[in-house]
Amino acid sequence: MAVEPGHVEPAHAPPEPNHARRFGAIWIVASLIATPLVVLLVGPIMPPGNGSEQASGHVTDNTVLIGMATPVLLLVLIYLIYSTIYFRQPKGGALEGPAIRGNARIQTTWIVITSLLVLSLAAYGTVRLLEDGAGSGAGPNPVAVPSGAKLPVQVIAQEWAFTYRYPTYGGVETTHLVLPVNQMVELHVTSLDVIHSFWAYQLGVKADANPNTDNIVFVRPTKRESVQIRCAELCGLWHGYMFDTGHIVSPAAFGVWIAEQQKRFASGAKYLPKYATKYIPEPLRRGE
Amino acid sequence: MSAVAEPAFTPARRPVWRRLIGFNLLTAVILGVAGYYIGWFIGHQIKGKSFEFMQATDENDVALMLGYLGGVIGFLIGLGFANYPVSRMFGRPASLREKEHEGIGRYFGLCTDHKVVGIQYLVGIGVFFFIAGLNAMLIRTELLHPTPTTVGPNQYLSLVGMHGTMMMGMMTSGILGPFGNYFVPIMIGARRMAFPRIEALTFWLLMAAGFILTSTIFFGGFPTGWTGYEPLNEQAVMGMDSYICFFALVGVSMCLLGLNMIATIVAHRAPGMTWSRLPIFVWSVFATSILMVLAAPMLIGALLMAAFDRTINTSFFTVAAGGSPYLFENLFWFFGHPEVYILALPGFGIVLELLPVFTRKPLWGYRLAVAGMLGVTLLSFFVWQHHLFVSGINADLRPFYMLSTEIISIPTGFIFLCVMGTLWKARTRFSVPMLFCLGWTFNFLIGGLSGVFLSDTPSDTDTHGSFFVMAHFHYTIMGGLIFTFFAAIYYWVPKMFGLQLREGLAKLHFWSLFIAFNSTFMPLFVLGMKGMPRRVSTYAPNLQGLNVWVSISAFVIGLSMLVFLVNVIYSLILAPRRAQPNPWHSKSIEWQLPTPVPVNNFDTIPVFDSDPYEYGTPLTPPPSAEPLPAGG
Repeated sequence: MAVEPGHVEPAHAPPEPNHARRFGAIWIVASLIATPLVVLLVGPIMPPGNGSEQASGHVTDNTVLIGMATPVLLLVLIYLIYSTIYFRQPKGGALEGPAIRGNARIQTTWIVITSLLVLSLAAYGTVRLLEDGAGSGAGPNPVAVPSGAKLPVQVIAQEWAFTYRYPTYGGVETTHLVLPVNQMVELHVTSLDVIHSFWAYQLGVKADANPNTDNIVFVRPTKRESVQIRCAELCGLWHGYMFDTGHIVSPAAFGVWIAEQQKRFASGAKYLPKYATKYIPEPLRRGE
Repeated sequence: MSAVAEPAFTPARRPVWRRLIGFNLLTAVILGVAGYYIGWFIGHQIKGKSFEFMQATDENDVALMLGYLGGVIGFLIGLGFANYPVSRMFGRPASLREKEHEGIGRYFGLCTDHKVVGIQYLVGIGVFFFIAGLNAMLIRTELLHPTPTTVGPNQYLSLVGMHGTMMMGMMTSGILGPFGNYFVPIMIGARRMAFPRIEALTFWLLMAAGFILTSTIFFGGFPTGWTGYEPLNEQAVMGMDSYICFFALVGVSMCLLGLNMIATIVAHRAPGMTWSRLPIFVWSVFATSILMVLAAPMLIGALLMAAFDRTINTSFFTVAAGGSPYLFENLFWFFGHPEVYILALPGFGIVLELLPVFTRKPLWGYRLAVAGMLGVTLLSFFVWQHHLFVSGINADLRPFYMLSTEIISIPTGFIFLCVMGTLWKARTRFSVPMLFCLGWTFNFLIGGLSGVFLSDTPSDTDTHGSFFVMAHFHYTIMGGLIFTFFAAIYYWVPKMFGLQLREGLAKLHFWSLFIAFNSTFMPLFVLGMKGMPRRVSTYAPNLQGLNVWVSISAFVIGLSMLVFLVNVIYSLILAPRRAQPNPWHSKSIEWQLPTPVPVNNFDTIPVFDSDPYEYGTPLTPPPSAEPLPAGG
């Protein structure tokens, strides 16, 4: 469609600089400087750190996203500042701007570029998600299952604490999470009452705990450290207090610890319900 | 257009006590209280095995729900909403116009003048906006310290819930209510809305709803936040019923408001007001109305199911009896995501409507802007499960929702391109409404870019349910809706009230709000990335520094709102100063009408031969001699 390009100089003013070229140059230079700086300086401090393979993956993803966002942010921001400085009404003036109503070329270019950007982001996210599940709760039948031996651990959320069951260790139930380092773990997150969300910050793991649901998430911790665990879904009165510290330890230390737990809770283990991937809560009677 | 002569009909001056008898707010309140107690009484008379524990524990949800229902019905009857159907039922002629020619009294009752309803909305919503804002101040006071100091955990959750629910509920009509009702009929050259009585009904339903939500404090509050997730919803005390009734009533109000707007815009346009000449604000109202009509019934349905679960022991969401909490999440967000666009879209419309006036240029890319709004409208129904990325529901579909969520940024990008195009070589006058529009551009940019992190499933794993999300939607909703809400107030108050707001105070309001807003919500991104969840009254001690910073900034937001209040009280009540007829030199039709706008708006229905953006010096050679296919 033949639309006026819109770059015709208004007749009244002294010759103006070529704003399009000047703005473009500023933006490109700023992007070329800022994007590598952001990627190199901000990228490494993006959450959640390198506590696990999945967490490291998130750092990469977040770096890619912030790297792509920087030029877009700069485009609009510099444009706003530029137009605020150069396209002002003179004091007390009553000038009219040029009656440009559109520009087919710019609009088409914009649509094509944003579409490409968005589609590439979605493709990238999909690939990253399907690689290893990205530490995100993947429901009872995950598509992306990492190969190799996995240590199954059940995370049982209830108002207002997490407990952990180790089915391969006689179904022992503990009040703290301890995991061996460099071992692929298969977390089965479930709930006994309302919806909670198991969030192990340093591990880059988040999975909602739903009653009667087995929400599976894979994670391979890579660092021996203490891990902050919090509930990330509003679950009632003491939601803010539903936190805990987990520990990633060496395989030997894990063996010692789990043997100790089995011995310690042996007498109580028989009172636990039979291990199952999901539990159905008792019917609730409010006010009782 | 000459001013319409004062109405011939002037009611005889009657003594005050006589004027208080009739269908008005006073009667409505009295009948509302009566209706409440009737419902409460009936609720306590229902006997049966299922209801025994309710009776025993004084936790009678049936009674409270029926009380609310009776209260609302009584309130509406008192306002006079039953008069019309009852008159028609008995074959009597019914009044087609309610209170349109009365004095101040028309603001306190059922009035079918869309301009009165607009002002009712502005004041009514403003009151609840300030109540919800005070809740936010209390939340931030609590978060000054990592452990609870000011309020207990229960009160804290109630505050969070009330703040969120009130803002998300009342402010859905934040722009459509006041400015949509007031200006859409004028802008399209109509004398009234399609359904004036329904228009009034939406307002009074919303006020009843707001009162019901506030009354939750008498019933123990509710612990679920604005999302009302099951089965926590099912566990909660009676305060939860307030939430359910509130949101259902808001849903009804929203749905009716949307229907009314769609009918008005489709059927009541003046000659020449073609779809391609429709002011962009009207387009945004149209798009929002589609969302309201299609999304709100989902909310009403979900809440009805929740109400049945709580009262008559159905088990839609009770796991032990075969229900599923996923169902509620699904239904809620199927409403919930369009809902956030119900909040954002009118803001797009305001910005694009105001920019041409202050840049003295036609709107750049009109068709692109319309496409953007309709694109957002359509796509917003296909993204809701991104709220459930980590929930384990339909995990295999996450790539699809990631894609649809990221695609929705394409039509949103159209709006940005139109803003930027309109600013190009503009002659911008930085009046207060323009400042708020520029503020919107910055805020929504940050909000949109942070949304990219949330739409990406791997990245969302870190930020989901954290303060990052909270910062993101405050940037889009507060930075998007509230900034444009104020832009619209500063822009249109001279028309609505014929008075001008003081510019100095307005500028102080803008700058303090803009700076404090960013200083409040920018650090929240960092807090979220450092692992602070939403809706908690306790946090890691090492995060206290940032939290104190955020709280203090939030208090400055509160102060800047006080500046606004002072401005309103001073400029509109204490020292009113008459506004110029068209202070912004706008070419939109509402500014060509006399102030105050006559009851019938137009003596003769106007005929439009262009869109309202005929600004700017024509280019050489003048292509605008013929209607230009704007936007290519």
